[in-house]
Amino acid sequence: MSDNWITVCNDSDLTPGTGLCALIGEEQVAVFKIKKTSELFAVSNYDPIGEANVLARGMTGSIGDALVVASPLYKQHFNLATGECLEKPDVSVKTYPVRKNGDVIEVQSVA
Amino acid sequence: MAKQRVVVVGNGMVGHKFIDTIIGAPEANNFEVVTFSAEPRLAYDRVQLSSYFSGASAEQLMLTSEGYYDEKGVKYVLNEKVVEIDRAAKKVVTASGREESYDTLILATGSYPFVPPIPGNDGEHCLVYRTIEDLEAITASAQSSKVGVVVGGGLLGLEAANALKCLGLETHVVEFAPRLMAVQLDEGGGALLRRKIEDLGVSVHTQKATTEIVAGENCRYRMNFADGSHLETDLILFSAGIRPEDTLARQAELTVGERGGIVVDNQCKTSDNNIYAIGECALWGGKIFGLVAPGYSMAKVAAGSICGKSDEFVGADMSTKLKLLGVDVASIGDAHGLTPGSLSYTYTDDVEQVYKRLIVSADRKKLVGAVLVGEVEAYGNLLQLVLNDMDLPESPEALILPSIDGSASSGLGVDALPETAVICSCYDVTKGQIEQAVAGGATDMAAIKAMTKASTGCGGCAALAKQVLDASLLSLGYEVNTDICEHFAHTRQELADIVRVKKIKTFDQLLEEHGKGHGCDICKPAVGSILASFWNDYVLSDDNIGLQDTNDIYLGNMQKDGTYSVVPRIAGGEITPEKLIVIGEVAKEFNLYTKITGGQRIDLFGAQLHELPLIWEKLVAAGFETGHAYGKSVRTVKSCVGSTWCRYGVDDSVGLAIDIENRYKGLRSPHKLKFAVSGCTRECAEAQCKDVGIIATENGWNLYVCGNGGMRPRHADLFATDLDTETLIKYIDRFLMFYIRTADRLQRTSVWLENLQGGLDYLKKVVIDDALNIGAELEAEMAANIGNYQCEWKTTLESPERLKRFNHFINSDQKDSNLAFVLERGQRRPATKEERENKVTLIELVD
Ligand code: SRM
Ligand SMILES: Cc1cc2nc3c(=O)[nH]c(=O)nc-3n(C[C@H](O)[C@H](O)[C@H](O)COP(=O)(O)OP(=O)(O)OC[C@H]3O[C@@H](n4cnc5c(N)ncnc54)[C@H](O)[C@@H]3O)c2cc1C
Ligand code: SF4
Ligand code: FES
Repeated sequence: MSDNWITVCNDSDLTPGTGLCALIGEEQVAVFKIKKTSELFAVSNYDPIGEANVLARGMTGSIGDALVVASPLYKQHFNLATGECLEKPDVSVKTYPVRKNGDVIEVQSVA
Repeated sequence: MAKQRVVVVGNGMVGHKFIDTIIGAPEANNFEVVTFSAEPRLAYDRVQLSSYFSGASAEQLMLTSEGYYDEKGVKYVLNEKVVEIDRAAKKVVTASGREESYDTLILATGSYPFVPPIPGNDGEHCLVYRTIEDLEAITASAQSSKVGVVVGGGLLGLEAANALKCLGLETHVVEFAPRLMAVQLDEGGGALLRRKIEDLGVSVHTQKATTEIVAGENCRYRMNFADGSHLETDLILFSAGIRPEDTLARQAELTVGERGGIVVDNQCKTSDNNIYAIGECALWGGKIFGLVAPGYSMAKVAAGSICGKSDEFVGADMSTKLKLLGVDVASIGDAHGLTPGSLSYTYTDDVEQVYKRLIVSADRKKLVGAVLVGEVEAYGNLLQLVLNDMDLPESPEALILPSIDGSASSGLGVDALPETAVICSCYDVTKGQIEQAVAGGATDMAAIKAMTKASTGCGGCAALAKQVLDASLLSLGYEVNTDICEHFAHTRQELADIVRVKKIKTFDQLLEEHGKGHGCDICKPAVGSILASFWNDYVLSDDNIGLQDTNDIYLGNMQKDGTYSVVPRIAGGEITPEKLIVIGEVAKEFNLYTKITGGQRIDLFGAQLHELPLIWEKLVAAGFETGHAYGKSVRTVKSCVGSTWCRYGVDDSVGLAIDIENRYKGLRSPHKLKFAVSGCTRECAEAQCKDVGIIATENGWNLYVCGNGGMRPRHADLFATDLDTETLIKYIDRFLMFYIRTADRLQRTSVWLENLQGGLDYLKKVVIDDALNIGAELEAEMAANIGNYQCEWKTTLESPERLKRFNHFINSDQKDSNLAFVLERGQRRPATKEERENKVTLIELVD
């Protein structure tokens, strides 16, 4: 159980340009693969503004230099790298380390 | 000092302009104004008279009101004709014997329609076209008439012909000269105008001199012509020119012209120092000006003169641009090339039906005249060249040649115009004044109109005024940015063109070749929709999936708690009892909240992600298809029960609604599309608030377009009448595809139309007349789209790979633990925040 990396799915399960939700312990984590670069990101699935577990179902993209996901409920943008909400800087979501390990995707469980 | 008494005879457009100028002048308090109107109302907009036939009321045409005159202390007497001027006693006498003394007398008596002295010209249904009362008489006569003839093929005659056509009469125009609009147009222009007008179903008879009007055999009258031919008709409208109304001046022995008209000098004074004449009754420099703009100039000059100013009337340009029977026509300066030594350039396009001719001076440096028929975009620029005596550009022909690459043609921008160039001749607004308004904060045409009045008269200057506005905005550093978002420096329409022309199939390719960054939730769905409208591929293919909103990805509408709604298609709102039972059973099995929607179908709410495929499996098996409630696509075609059951129904509205819904289902568009079909004019399906509305008539279908409910309701416009089903479908195909090609993202058809240059008329030209020659292409695109239709739920269910996504967790079968429901009126609904916190009885979810 080195460093708590948890296997979430096969790399092929995550279509580039989309997200998936994984259960990491008790926490819902949204995992995204950026289409152009195949980079991976993971943030909490809970949208603190819409108050529902939906972020994995949001659309990814870029605003300026930041890679973001837009909430499917009310369209606020969350920075995938920092978890910060672009429209409401006082709101943010938790971020998680994520990596591709061979054929699988792993998320690190952080306390 | 006693006030000066100013008596104004005639309260037409020009008389009113004079009064308005005087009472607005700093010297207003020096004058007491009295006006007599032979008509039963104060001044109205005679220029827009014909709009009476397209629904404008007499009220809407008014230029002023009794309240306004009362407030400003202007005395007025309606229905009162002045019959005598006593110059020695300085007073006027009216028909009812009323006397009014004056210090200054203004004659603004206008003109009257000339009725040629043909035996029989005084029949009950022989009419003219000048006043609101004339229009009322024409409307009344038309009700008992089938055929109408306009005598005179000039400007007004053609406007009158349009009126008869609008009233549903078989319409003829009889003209003495060899061509239409002989004053303004040359031979080529007149010939094309004739062809266009004949295409619209108006018969044109030139070189016909009417010798007598006698009783007809099939119609009320028979007109016999000098060449032995004849024409039968029920109604005759004389529009053979106007004559200045100078009866009073003759009686008072003021100098009048040989062929009529009250002679005036540069200050608009008549041969009596205390009497002015302005407008169409005045003869200046041997000329009568039959347009309103010169009349307005005269009004200002006369008002200035009695206030002690020395402005002069220096003649006026008689160039005109108008739409006659929907055909654009313009004539500038010396349209006939009578200037000695002048040369001309002519461009004729028989396919698009366009004729343009430039007449240039012998040294080829100046433009002296122009004729434009069918396409008059160049009018503003050409007129400015003539009015400002500007030098022609290097290749004058470029001014009338079409631009091949779609870029703006003409080679002459508004930048080239001097500050003093008059842009709006109705209100005498210069380029400089528009620029000042922009500097003062105006950023759109509405503000320009409010601040300068430019473009609020005949509207002929609108395009040019807009160019000046845009140019000044640019020069002030405003960016007129229409980019869709930071990733593409293009509008939606441009992106659509790129996709179509370069046959681009993926977002990545478009981004690579025409954009930057990674895209976003604005451009991705917009491009997704464009790709889908042109190629209609499966929207959830790996290439497309990232472009879709969650609703489109999961083929359902996300609700506030993250669950989805399920809306099966119920075309036309018709459903069998068997299918109703299936919906009921599914709703019961999955414990879904069930509601009848405003779109005549049934919505099932509260489905969790993993339940969606299970639910749809049952629905698809029972023959249901997706209802696209999630997509920017066709929603519902509402119907009323129609002739099948309803005692008033004249056609099968349900049948048509079902056919239409099945034809266009799945079509992706800039925004959602709603239709309705009503079986008669009682309109129970509310078709007139839909993007496409259809109402059955005794003779076919009436088509309405661009209605909207929602946040900003808009009544749909009547687009075409009495169509057979085939033509109806053809028009809708073209309409929808043209909208899809050109609308902005998330722009409903209502807003799109309001922003479309040329508006409804232009849309009709494109769809009905196929003026852009793209009708076949639009229909082919629609056919391809229809051919590619697939029920997305059916396709999705067939692929186990794709079904993997329909799980809340990729790595667990658990449910979203955040969901909570309570029971209300026998169904479940999401618990509110308070209910969750207070832990009221939440209901268990069953699987
Ligand atoms: C379900 C329904 C209400 C109902 O319970 O009756 C409904 C529900 C929604 N409407 Fe609607 N509209 C529904 C009929 C209408 C109608 C009536 C009609 O179609 O005859 C209108 C006015 C007519 C019109 O559009 O011109 C209507 C005008 C809107 C608008 C405003 C559109 C506009 O142009 O102003 C929106 C917002 C938008 O689209 O941007 C909207 C948006 C929505 C959304 C999509 C809001 C959202 O994003 O969640 C709702 C989705 C509900 C869902 O999950 O299914 N809905 N909505 C109706 C579904 C009809 C159907 O069977 O498909
Ligand atoms: C159908 C139509 C379309 C037109 N389209 C255009 C266009 O597109 N562009 C354009 O520039 N022009 C157009 N015109 C012409 C424009 O309407 C006239 O140039 C303008 O109305 C002239 O104004 P006026 O005040 O001189 O005359 P009028 O508006 O005719 O006013 C004269 C008034 O004086 C009254 N009167 C006459 N004698 C007496 C008397 N003895 N006592 C009391 N009152 C009297 C008359 O009843 C009338 O009300 C159009 C005209 C018509 C009929
Ligand atoms: S009116 Fe508002 S609340 Fe009602 S369904 Fe439409 S969008 Fe939802
Ligand atoms: S020229 Fe008539 S409105 Fe401007």
